Amino acid sequence: MSNQAQPISEDDVRHVAKLARLTLNDEQVHHFTDQLGAVLGYIAQLGELDVEGVEPLAHPLDLVNVLREDVAQPGADRDAMLANAPDRQDAFFKVPKVLGDGGGA
Amino acid sequence: MTTDPHDPGAAHGLKTTLVVGLEIHVELATASKMWTAAPNVAHPDHFDAEPNTLLSPVAVGLPGTLPVMNKAAVEMSVKVGLALNCSIAKRSKWDRKSYYYPDLPKNYQISQYDIPLCYDGGFEIPLSNDEEPEHKHINIIRAHLEEDAGKLLHELPGGGFSDGSLVDLNRAGTPLLEIVTAPDFRTADEAVTFCNMLRDICRHLGVTEGIMQRGHMRFEPNINVIIENKAGETFKTPIVEVKNLNSFRAVHGAIIHEHTRQVEAWMVDGRVMGGGEKSTRGWDDAKEVTTLQREKEDAHDYRYFPDPDLVEVVVDEAWLEEQRAALPELPAAKRKRYIDDLHLKPIDADTLLAEPANAAYFDAVIDAGADSKRTGAFLLNTAMKRANEHNTTLDRLGATPQQTAGLVAMLANDKISSSAAEPLFGYCCESDETPEKLAEHHGLIQVSDDGALDAWVDEVIANPKLAQAVEDVKAGKGKAIGALVGAVMKLSKGQANPKAVSAKINEKLSG
Repeated sequence: MSNQAQPISEDDVRHVAKLARLTLNDEQVHHFTDQLGAVLGYIAQLGELDVEGVEPLAHPLDLVNVLREDVAQPGADRDAMLANAPDRQDAFFKVPKVLGDGGGA
Repeated sequence: MTTDPHDPGAAHGLKTTLVVGLEIHVELATASKMWTAAPNVAHPDHFDAEPNTLLSPVAVGLPGTLPVMNKAAVEMSVKVGLALNCSIAKRSKWDRKSYYYPDLPKNYQISQYDIPLCYDGGFEIPLSNDEEPEHKHINIIRAHLEEDAGKLLHELPGGGFSDGSLVDLNRAGTPLLEIVTAPDFRTADEAVTFCNMLRDICRHLGVTEGIMQRGHMRFEPNINVIIENKAGETFKTPIVEVKNLNSFRAVHGAIIHEHTRQVEAWMVDGRVMGGGEKSTRGWDDAKEVTTLQREKEDAHDYRYFPDPDLVEVVVDEAWLEEQRAALPELPAAKRKRYIDDLHLKPIDADTLLAEPANAAYFDAVIDAGADSKRTGAFLLNTAMKRANEHNTTLDRLGATPQQTAGLVAMLANDKISSSAAEPLFGYCCESDETPEKLAEHHGLIQVSDDGALDAWVDEVIANPKLAQAVEDVKAGKGKAIGALVGAVMKLSKGQANPKAVSAKINEKLSG
């Protein structure tokens, strides 16, 4: 695949990797740029279709309003929940020290 | 150009205009979480749950789990939208907002990006506390449903050391309604008035407990300032977002502080809006200043895309009408009815309305047939005192609205004295009997019967210790009658009707 046809640049891959908290070496960046480029190129075939007048689709299933009645079930066993985490302290999941109060919610 | 001395630009010969919009997060008090049946920490049953006890595989984001929408969360959001005069989207969808933070177990938050459930609403706020204040319309751009994140601690509860950060996911997945206003506020007071009214509306709708200390409502003002110099040129300062305020005082303080700070900053660097992200600041409650928050340059690259795990929400006419029909009377309408139709004083109406449960109890007593003014007076003077002592609301004291209505009627008919109302209410709270029976049983019935009053009054007048008072009354010293009425009340163990006693004494002594 020539560089010009490449739908994603190595800088894009580095940026996305950083957002996903992945550390990639140069070789990996090169490798994933090719790989993601191939995927994006494949998907880009959809662009050849004429979708004039077609409503955007939020979901391929023909279902709407899959809802649950608001009934609470008891919370899961705490030890069982914490057991899946790499680390815990007392009643908490433990993660490497972070600063600040929250991400973005 | 005239400058207002309170304008922080005045000292520099500038005229400045504050521009504020608000983002408000409301935690909905559903029984279960947004996407799973695990209990919701914003519901009163689970307020004080131990850390990480309100979890499920979905809530902690285990691979392979799938979310299922909570119907009540959608309905509560639709109700808020209707109460805020919003349009309700016929179709809305769910989007993933991706960011990595340890309080967000899936590494994305399910939210609504381009099609919010509610949009284009607003309401009027009063601009003063006057009886007939001027009003201003505040536009609401959107209200969309999403999920809350968990909580991050930097030490153990009680201050124990941790060499890491600790995550409590009880709050993860609590349904969260984010309401966004247009930048329509020009003063901190306007913003706080709006926040107060919004909280009242949400609490009267029963969609949130609205306890600020628990973070049930969090406010994020977006603030900038339009500066006009003497030459008439205008400059807009860069927009600042102040994150996560959870008191009205903090909202007020942050806006006031930003107004001054942005004018001062502009004097120094001349920076104006345009290009680059808005900056994010936090609020220091102790120092009463905003502080710049450290931010990663890519923090806002959320890469929204439709969540493939969730299908669309379609609110058709029938469902919408069902929600509309279920809307309770909103606080503004209730206040107007209390004052205009039920003749309560504005301050008394506001006292009742401050707690939706108290207002509902008042309504129920009126519905049981009691006179509104007397009921208001009794609830505010007597019943509220007991509620405050028990740190609860009127409906939880144990007296049914029917009992209270009966008690108020007995007061109105002079069957009990006002001093008997408090003990009788106490008996009503502890018994299912009617107030009439309870008053009889406890000897609280007021006696206006002529024969009984005659006997009591005669005995008091004949008492040599009260001879002086008797003489004084005979001599026309009106105040002296108090001692005689008091003596009769004591003699009758509070059962005599003081008005009738007073009349009886006058009748006997003037004769």
